[in-house]
Order: sequence, then C-alpha cells, then structure tokens
Amino acid sequence: MNLNDWLKHNTFHHSQFRDLAALVEEKKKLGLTISLCIPTLNEEKTIGKEIVIFRSELMQRYPLLDEIAVIDSGSTDKTLEVAAAFGADTYLASEILADLPDKRGKGENLWKAIYQLKGDIIVYIDADIKNIHPRFVYGLLGPLIFRPEVKYVKAFYDRPLAFSQGIRPSGGGRVTEILIRPLFSLFFPELTAIVQPLSGEYAVRREVLEQIPFPIGYGVETSHLIDVYSRYDLNAFAQTDLDQRVHRNQPTRSLGKMAFGILQTFLLRAQKLGVISGLPEISTILRQFQAQEEEFEMIAHTIVEEERPPMNTIDAYNKMRAGYKKKKKGTP
Amino acid sequence: MNRDFTSLLEKLPEYQEKARDLSEILLSNLVMLSEIPSPTFSETRRTAFLTERFNEYDLINCSTDEAGNALGIIPGKTGERNILIVAHLDTVFPEKVDHTVTVEPGVVSGPGLGDDSLGLAALATLPILLQHLGIELDSNVVLMGTAKSLGRGDLEGIRFFLNNKNMSISSGICVEGVKLGRLSYNSIGMLRGEMHYVVPEEYDWTRFGAGGAIVNINDVINRILEIPLPRRPRTTIVLNRLEAGASFNSIPRHAELQFEIRSESGEVVRKLGDQIADIGAEISSETGADVEFKVLARREPGGIAFSHPLASHARSIIKALGVHPRISPSTSELSAFIAHGIPAVTIGLTQGENHDEINERLEIEPVFLGIAQLVGLLVAIDGGFTNES
Repeated sequence: MNLNDWLKHNTFHHSQFRDLAALVEEKKKLGLTISLCIPTLNEEKTIGKEIVIFRSELMQRYPLLDEIAVIDSGSTDKTLEVAAAFGADTYLASEILADLPDKRGKGENLWKAIYQLKGDIIVYIDADIKNIHPRFVYGLLGPLIFRPEVKYVKAFYDRPLAFSQGIRPSGGGRVTEILIRPLFSLFFPELTAIVQPLSGEYAVRREVLEQIPFPIGYGVETSHLIDVYSRYDLNAFAQTDLDQRVHRNQPTRSLGKMAFGILQTFLLRAQKLGVISGLPEISTILRQFQAQEEEFEMIAHTIVEEERPPMNTIDAYNKMRAGYKKKKKGTP
Repeated sequence: MNRDFTSLLEKLPEYQEKARDLSEILLSNLVMLSEIPSPTFSETRRTAFLTERFNEYDLINCSTDEAGNALGIIPGKTGERNILIVAHLDTVFPEKVDHTVTVEPGVVSGPGLGDDSLGLAALATLPILLQHLGIELDSNVVLMGTAKSLGRGDLEGIRFFLNNKNMSISSGICVEGVKLGRLSYNSIGMLRGEMHYVVPEEYDWTRFGAGGAIVNINDVINRILEIPLPRRPRTTIVLNRLEAGASFNSIPRHAELQFEIRSESGEVVRKLGDQIADIGAEISSETGADVEFKVLARREPGGIAFSHPLASHARSIIKALGVHPRISPSTSELSAFIAHGIPAVTIGLTQGENHDEINERLEIEPVFLGIAQLVGLLVAIDGGFTNES
C-alpha cells in the first residue's frame, strides 16, 4: 500500500467534522448508537469538566452520544462522586463481570466497557486532559460515521505552540519515537503511518472491539493496532488531528516502565503472528537505579502484561448481547 | 406594588428552577468561553465563539461589528423596543496565562471566570433559557459581547455600538459575573491616568537631587498623597500600578505609575487630574527628567435616580430572591449607557472569591438565582414596569 495515499485519504482534522448537526443526522440515518467511555484512576480534578462539556455539547445540544460512562479502577479520591454529580454513569471495573478474577489496569477498564456499554461504537477518552473540548469526541467519530469501511480511529495531536515556518518534525511522544516507531518500522512498516500509535483517545466499532484481546496494562494500544491490522488491513484505520492536548507530563523513569510493558506485548504478539521466532521466555522484571550519595541501589519492578481474551469468547457477554439485540429488534 | 409586578416576582423561583435545568449548558458555555484567552484588543476568538453560539440559536443579525463586538438579536413579538444586554469579552489576563478551568461539585475555578466569562455564558445561554421558560417578549433583545472594554480599551466596543447603532435602545443591562446582589445604576466621575518618568540617556548623575527614577516617582506619589481630598462630594485617588527599575548595578531610568481618580463630582475629577499633571511637570523641572502624563480614560458622573422605576424594580427583584442589594456606582459599560442617556443597570450573577486572580473561584448554586434575576429584570423592562411615568 502506498502510505502517502493512505495518509491523504485516512488522515483528518477535527474541523472537518465540526458540523455536529450533519454528524447527528447521518448517525440517525445509519441507526447507530454511540457510547463514550472514560477510564479513570484518581482524576477528581479533571473529570467534572469533561462530563459537563460532553453532556452539554454532545448529548443535550446535539445528541451524538447515547451514553457517557466512567469506568474506574478503584480511585481513592472523589473521582466517582464528582462524575456522578455531573450526571455520568459510573462503574467500578471490579464490579463489571465480577465473577472473573479481579485485574487492575487501564486496559481492564476499556475491555469491561465493551460489556457494560451499549453503543455500536465506543469512544475512549482519557480523563486527564486539561483542555478538554467536544472536538476530542466528534473528531474521532466523524470518520466512522461517514466512512463505513473505517473501523478504528486514532487521535493524534499536532499543533505546535510556536513554529517559524516550513517543514517541522511531527510525531508522537518519547516512547513512540524511541520505541514504537523503530519497532513498527522493523516489523510492521505500514503501521508507521499512524502518527501517534500510543494516544489514549480512539473510537472503535463494537464488531472489532469484541474480537480482539486486551492487554490490561501498558500494551493495550500497541496490541490493538497490531491485531486490527493483521485481522483487516491499514484501510480499517483512520486518524484525526485533534490539535493540542494538554496533560500531565510523565517522568522518564515512568516511561521506562511503560516501554517495558509495551515491549513485552509487542514481542509476544510478533511471535504469535510468526513475524519473529525463537523468542526465549521473557522476563517480567524491569530494573532501574536510584542513588543515595555514593551508594547505588537497584529497584526491581515486576511488570506483567496480563491479557483479557476477546470479549466474544465470554459467555456472559454473548448472552447479554443476544438479549440486547432481541430487545432492540422488538423496539418499534 | 403593582399587582402584575408582584406576580412577576412570584415567578422568580420558576425562573431559578428552569435555569438549573440548563446548568450543563451554562457551565459548558462558561468553561469554553473562559478557556479562550481574551486580553483587551485580542478578543477575536471569543467574539467568534459567541457569534457562533448566537447563530446556532437562530438569533437574527448575528454578526461581528467593526469594533469586534459579538451581536445577536432575539426578535420580539412587536419589536417596538430594543433592550440591550451586554457582557465584556476581554479579561485582565495575558494570552500566556494558563486559562484551564476546573469544575468541581458546587464550584468552578480558573482565571477570568467572574470578570466576565460568566456574564458572557449567561448571554450565550439566555436564548435557550427563554425558550425553555416559554417566554416570548414583545421587545427585541440585543445580546452583545463587548470588545475592548477594560483598561486602555476604555469601553471602545460599547461606545462604538452606541455611537453608530441604527436602532434606538430603550434600556440596558450590564451583566457581570460577581457579585450577586451588586446593583449599579449610576456612574461616578473618573479619570484613569498614567505617568511615565524617564531619565534621559545623557543625564548628569552628579547633579543635586539625582536619585534615579524610583526615588523620583516616590516623590510624585508623596505629593499626590498630600493633595487634600474633599469629604463631600466623596472623592478618592487610588494608586493602581507601579513599575520601575531593572536590576542591581543599574540606576533606574524608567518608572511608570497608573492611578485612578474617582469622585461624585466631574469638576473635582478634572481639578485633581490637573493637579497631578502639575506635580509631574514640577518634578520634571526639578530633576531634569522627562515626565509624560497621559489620560487613559474618563467617565462623567451620571445615571438614573434611586427612585427611577428601573432602579427600584431591580432592587425589588434582588430582594425577592432573598439577596440583599448592594448599591454601588460603576465605571464600566454602564457609564457608556449613561453617556447616551439610556437607563441601564449593572447586575452580578453569583458569589465568588479571588476576583481577578488566576485562582478565582465561583459558586455554582447562586448562579441560578443570578440568572433568575436577569430574566426577571428583562421581563420587567419588557412589561413596561421600569418606564418613567
């Protein structure tokens, strides 16, 4: 595939979908339902604003979203109280599919959203975005609503705060540019067309979400890209520029842990797909240093990238969906 | 009290409840407007946002005028009269300040919320609220976000509109975010001045009295403070801002002082302005430095009387909401209405703290009372209750 062609046809800017009335009309015509999932862990400072803006702009003024749900990993602050106070549906991840053994991680919340939420499309938006705006949602939904062949829309952010003129470098954050892009260039060259493969904001059709496994930790975004790509092809993807995203910056050591988790997911996937072979049993311990005066100390972090199976292999889900489809069919 | 007006007062709780129904839309407008930086002379993006909102509600004549004001008209049934409601688009915060707003249960915080993003959010929400209340007014309601209002802007936006309008405005309401209960219907005399003190490059630092710009501007300040002020008419001089010097190891050559003279008498303001200009000239002759005196803004005292029906009905509405009216003169948009002889009031919408600071906090719950007050006042003006007999 010519990547430049793909970039030209499958890369959008949020402003192309700012006519919300047109989006809602097309959504109605297609009979689509859309759910927004916000995975949280201690986000009491930012969650209120997200809910207020999305409910007001994308439910009351323009009924683009049919439900807004916060799925929480067990916050110790008031995240859930604040979200509920502003009218979001709130769930504890551990209480969804409670018969399954408990696991903690953002991927777990995203996976359980497939069970808990009803939409034909699920939009995932992180809760730590300081400059939240409706474009974060409608920019991702636009390609899915207007282009039936698109199944998975990724966000990217490209709005330099200051740049003189001409060509400027563009791309993702540190982990993307140092780890993911080199790995994709080596083993999945077409996936390098995704500008920010690790962005936490994406919108996906249910038929795709229910078929793919979910790493519960750092690897969820990387595994999605590889799995959707190998099941379909690059044309299943689109990406939307959402301009600037203001959020907390992570220290390099945290990014080290993230890279370690992602690398585990990547290597195991690549082996499963036969892209690489002969992988030895891989370690789950990341070692980092800390020093006190002249003394160096090694800190060992155990990072295990556990995975949830595709949701359509879970009996409770299949039963629930069958009931839901029957109900939907019976609705006049 | 007129029986019809009493029944209007009885409707205030309904207005409050219906405003609460739209709390998400109001808060969302507040957040989105507040997060657009809008220093005076750079309000374009807020203007565009507000005009877009007016457009979406199918207001008529949605436009941006030459001065950068955002306008939209809710057409009335007869359209015989025009009521102008304004809130200013500019804030005191520069572009670079982090404009992020935080929303928590009961409280919203961030820069510029009360001055005057909440007023603008009220304007942006008013058309849908009137619709939700089923209120159709006889008068046209002209909604306007005014540009270039604060500081050096000197009310340029509203002055432009009032000087060039092609419709007659019967009454005006200026909406400010804080504080609920505030009520202004007259303007005091005011002069905003700035004094630049510059020591010339070739200055002879060995001469008598050479102490640098800071010492000399200090002399200016001392002399201003020595000016006797009359007890009646009430008069004050406020020193608002002082900037001088650069660093160690250099004698300061520049100093800049901003001040405001306020008085119930326009004549007193003029005299004091002349006196301060004289002080500048005197210091200049004593020190050999260049002293430049600039008048940035002037307001003439005026307004409607305490007993004017607009003033008395506004007080009744505030009292009926269980809030104590705090009457104070204003030097903002209201004075532009006064200069054109248009009866007008300034009202506040909610309670808050840290006004005009980066960490300003506004209480959400009183906003619904504040909005009920705005709707009540609008209905009262439309019903003719505020006309002078």
